[in-house]
Amino acid sequence: MDPAFLVLQSLSGLASASSLFVIASGLTIVFGVTRIVNFAHGSFYMLGAYIAVTVVPRLLDLSYSPAAFFLGVLISALVVGLIGVAVEVLLLRRIYRVPELFQLLATFGIVLVVEDLVLKVWGPVDLAGPRAPALRHGVEIMGQRFPAYELVLIGVGPLVLGLLWLLMHRTRFGVLIRAATQDRDMVGALGVNQARLFTLTLFLGASLAGLGGALQIPRVPANSHMDLAVITDAFVVTVIGGMGSVPGAFLAALLIGQLQAFGILVFPKATLVLVFALMAVVLVVKPWGLLGRPEAGSGRVLPPEGILALRRFRPPEAALAAVAVAALLALPLLGDAYKVKVATEILIFALAAFSLQFLVGVGGLVSFGHAAYFGLGAYAAGLLVTGPLKAPMALALLAAPLAAGAGAALFGFFIVRLSGIYLAMLTLAFAQIVYAVCFQWVEVTGGDNGVVGVWPAPWAANRTVYFYLVAAVALCAILGLRRMIYAPFGYTLRAARDSATRAEAIGLGVRAHRWLAFTLAGAAAGLAGGLYAFQKGSIDPTLTAIPLSIDLLVMVLVGGIQTVMGPLVGAAFFHALKDAVMPLTEFWRLLLGLAIIATVLAFPRGLAGAADAIRGRMGRAKPAAASA
Amino acid sequence: MTIRPVSRRAVVGGLAAAPFGLSASRVAAQGAGPIRVGELNSYGRMAAFAVPYRNAMQLAEAAINKAGGIKALGGRPLEIVFRDDGSTPGDAARVAEELVTRENVAFLCGTFLSNVGLAVADFANQRKVLFLATEPLTDALTMGSGNRYTFRVRPNTYMQTRMLVDAVKDRGVRRWAIVAPNYEYGQSAAANFKRLMAAAVPGFEVVGEQFPALGKVDAGATVGALAQTRADGLFNVLFGADLTAFVREGNTRGLFEKRTVASLLTGEPEYMIPLGDETPEGWVTTGYPWETIDTPGHREFVAAYRARFNDTPRLGSLLGYVVVHMIRDMLERAQSTETERLIGALEGLTSETIAGPVTMRALDHQSTLGAWVGETALNGRQGTMTKVRYADGAHYMFPEAEVRAARKA
Amino acid sequence: MTLLVVDRLTKHFGGVAAARDVSFTLAAGEMLAIIGPNGAGKSTTFNMVGGQLKPDSGTVTLAGAPIAGLPARAIWRSGVGRTFQVAQTFVSMTVAENVQMALVSRFGRSRSLLADARALYRDEALVLLGEVGMRPGADRPVSELAYGDVKRVELAVALASSPKLLLMDEPTAGMAPRERSGLMALTARVARQQGIGVLYTEHDMDAVFGHADRVLVLVRGEVIAAGAPEEIRANALVKQVYLGEAGARAALEARRKAVA
Repeated sequence: MDPAFLVLQSLSGLASASSLFVIASGLTIVFGVTRIVNFAHGSFYMLGAYIAVTVVPRLLDLSYSPAAFFLGVLISALVVGLIGVAVEVLLLRRIYRVPELFQLLATFGIVLVVEDLVLKVWGPVDLAGPRAPALRHGVEIMGQRFPAYELVLIGVGPLVLGLLWLLMHRTRFGVLIRAATQDRDMVGALGVNQARLFTLTLFLGASLAGLGGALQIPRVPANSHMDLAVITDAFVVTVIGGMGSVPGAFLAALLIGQLQAFGILVFPKATLVLVFALMAVVLVVKPWGLLGRPEAGSGRVLPPEGILALRRFRPPEAALAAVAVAALLALPLLGDAYKVKVATEILIFALAAFSLQFLVGVGGLVSFGHAAYFGLGAYAAGLLVTGPLKAPMALALLAAPLAAGAGAALFGFFIVRLSGIYLAMLTLAFAQIVYAVCFQWVEVTGGDNGVVGVWPAPWAANRTVYFYLVAAVALCAILGLRRMIYAPFGYTLRAARDSATRAEAIGLGVRAHRWLAFTLAGAAAGLAGGLYAFQKGSIDPTLTAIPLSIDLLVMVLVGGIQTVMGPLVGAAFFHALKDAVMPLTEFWRLLLGLAIIATVLAFPRGLAGAADAIRGRMGRAKPAAASA
Repeated sequence: MTIRPVSRRAVVGGLAAAPFGLSASRVAAQGAGPIRVGELNSYGRMAAFAVPYRNAMQLAEAAINKAGGIKALGGRPLEIVFRDDGSTPGDAARVAEELVTRENVAFLCGTFLSNVGLAVADFANQRKVLFLATEPLTDALTMGSGNRYTFRVRPNTYMQTRMLVDAVKDRGVRRWAIVAPNYEYGQSAAANFKRLMAAAVPGFEVVGEQFPALGKVDAGATVGALAQTRADGLFNVLFGADLTAFVREGNTRGLFEKRTVASLLTGEPEYMIPLGDETPEGWVTTGYPWETIDTPGHREFVAAYRARFNDTPRLGSLLGYVVVHMIRDMLERAQSTETERLIGALEGLTSETIAGPVTMRALDHQSTLGAWVGETALNGRQGTMTKVRYADGAHYMFPEAEVRAARKA
Repeated sequence: MTLLVVDRLTKHFGGVAAARDVSFTLAAGEMLAIIGPNGAGKSTTFNMVGGQLKPDSGTVTLAGAPIAGLPARAIWRSGVGRTFQVAQTFVSMTVAENVQMALVSRFGRSRSLLADARALYRDEALVLLGEVGMRPGADRPVSELAYGDVKRVELAVALASSPKLLLMDEPTAGMAPRERSGLMALTARVARQQGIGVLYTEHDMDAVFGHADRVLVLVRGEVIAAGAPEEIRANALVKQVYLGEAGARAALEARRKAVA
């Protein structure tokens, strides 16, 4: 191959790497200090771009010079930094004590809110920013032109890395950041003002995201889709580099930049898969990323985030459960057709959320990619009935959990080798691979169009009949999973979650049990996916995508991660809320985001947890009714 | 550390109550009062396209109602019920159900994303409701996945590609490179282009293809890889933010110099406005150069649109305006809101629209609405189109034999 | 009868030798204490025997079978129960459930998807809890217990598999003085009754010199002395590098009490 081409291609890779590093460095620093997986980092990036396309042209009107351009970029970064401070002070500060998952949920609420606010403020049209003065041209390199601005970008990455190094090693703030990254308790022990440290960290992280966004405006127009487009890449970089490690992020960004620059030559259609495949490989080989360190096992015994104690239904609760099931089954007699449809969907999501709770609440395995198994089930069912086989619905519904279970077993084999945030990230990577395959392998999956015509068999085509079919299958599956939670297997999962060391020391193979749990939960999610496909009549990649994974997590958390049946309430509440809010306004994402944030603030233990707290208070007033 | 088990009572009660908490149903009989039309679209996520579209629909709705409503139905006015489709097929199917069951609409129209359009089309087929798909481009909607309840207004991917092929086939360019977003629309446009060019241009060859991920184009690497192919022609399917990034990088690196570029949709204001003064010159493209069009009624439409919304019309605006007038004509002809009568009226219906006469072909339920083909040019700091001609969709439809083969399956 | 033979176990962390050529033996029913300053390699040696750490070199033989380098659960299966320096329990469960889990594992029921875990092996668990004096608190959440009681529960859990060898890493750390001797006496009684070999580390002189049959002294990863409690107490080197004068007096006192 032409050497000039190789050089230019590699320069393109360096420019992308540099941009990616600036963004990811902020994410990794914030994670290192606060341990929050900040989904809103992509929103900060987007805000950086939007603010820059607003500010920079004004400055260029005053003085058309590179200095004015870069001043505008810096101002944008600082403004975003201040927005980060506002987010920290108004929201994150209030929830440092709630389970880490809720913090993640709150940041996802911010994503939804910012998306719609950006539409409201800047309008829906993509806004192309000005080019940098004196850097509009191409520079002749080995006989080919290369954009001068990208040469500058290539320099920005190492510059930011250098400045961060100085900050980390030459200032007290930086030393504290490093200390907190290594051991969060130590900072508390040193008597540091933790609130101020966190505020400053958010300022730094958000500024870096804003800087990354502002630097992009000569290349990419500011648009309302850039937040989620960048956040997955930024996650990949931080995870490959090792969460909390700035040099690791730099290394990972370089790796990904070159992989993309040359990967598109070899696999022009597999770009989405490549980066996630790289992440999966890195995590399997180096479970803490390239330069990351294992989580400091400080020997503390923390209460796990999940189900803490199991007990049976008390008589009134059993009665209530019976009434609930009876009311549900009577719904087709009472409600209209639309209500039946929504109730069917709630039942399906309740099963999916419950299967996720089986992993998260019982096993302590936080999956960011549970939609992958929901989607695998839906695709297996959908492709079976519409494909050359024209299989009957019953067979398809049988195949759905089997296919999803097989997928979960395959991915789970690698996933259960990790723990904590790295495990969550690997589930995300595998889910993205499933998504990319569904999205891009048009010949088999129908691509983003998906496949239509996935309707129930004639005997179940009637909506009421299908509702009862779903009710029967979903309730049986939920009861089955519930039974497992109360069985030695469920106890073993909780044991492994509470103390893997103790579990191994009494002969319980932690990985093997988690693998089985992952497979079972995947199969249950797949069953839900199969039911969903027939309910909707179609399958498409959104069934495997991140937003659905997040929705399922929201259901679990809103319902109450410490309760066995809470996720069912969460599913009902969340889906009914979405259904109620969507017709009201096209800014329904804003309302949904605010509702999520409000829930996190008001009910940090979820709805069922909140109900219990109230009951607990009443219980104290009447000692006779004290909780068991 | 104390651990308190959580009550199941709250859990179970909440679950039981949830379905009943949904809003109460509103039923308006579809026999008197306004004729209700259910329009679902991505007004939130795809606002750049869907909002101008909705604006024009409201404009047309008001004009028709002011002129006396649907005369064949005793002057009943039109009432369009707008709903966000959530931009996913799952949400859209539920919203469609809500429109049909709760809002009691006579039929459905709208959708932007192809997968949403296909899901709603399939829903329409199941529920035996008419669905007028307005914006989705995928060929499948009227071909392999077509059904008798679904009609499509906008010229599909095949038609628009064929218009471009017609415009470039005599330029003597044989070596082509293709760049397209990696999803169904991009892949099917690329496949159509290859097929049509191979038939039209002797010695046609594709010397390179790039399929960047939708919304995540790595412009530098993609432009570098395309330049390396040394192609004489470039067929572009990128749009939106991907297109802007690609054009800037390509301009700087000189990718488009001395090359023939054929580009789908780039002339639509939705995509051209963000390009601004970076709009490349001389690209052969399909689009909607509203300022140059003077078909009957179009100038009035532009004037009315600008007056009411203080904005220039987009392609979505044209489409929304055309669609509502097609709906009016359909209702006048059907003299009913009953689905079978509507289908009968819409098949073969010819409407005089501001874009010219548009016929809904009965064979595949694809309208003959065309597009304007021309070359991109800079007019001050804004892009525009020159050498424009209206390509009437009637000349670019799928061949009848292909339709029969595809729709039989 | 020799139960455990540890031969030249070595482990490095980075460049530092945490344990170097550590060798000792332990008979069934015998109590062997390992003492030494912080960082002497006690826990490292322990974790190599228990399977939490893989040795760089050396062998461990339990009742004739080599177990060095096996995973913890395989070592458990070959007959080793253990407690940890920071007690490891299942904090979301009750006291009885903690012991039941060990029994579930022992009887290979951990993959059972349908049985009712709360009733399974409950009676057996209560018997074990009775042995360590925790029967009355069987249905309390383990997270609510005082630390000394948690340690007893851990002992019951470790005994649930009827081990041949019991490893106890600082069994009395964090306990009140009276609780300490109670726990050690309990351990010694069970060990002798059931012929279990007990290997334990301790900082508390009462626990070491009051209950051990033999004592092993580790300093900077190496064994510097081994023998009966009296010998160790009198050993000049041990006095110099570890016990000091005050320690030696405490050791003497402990020994007197034990003999008396």
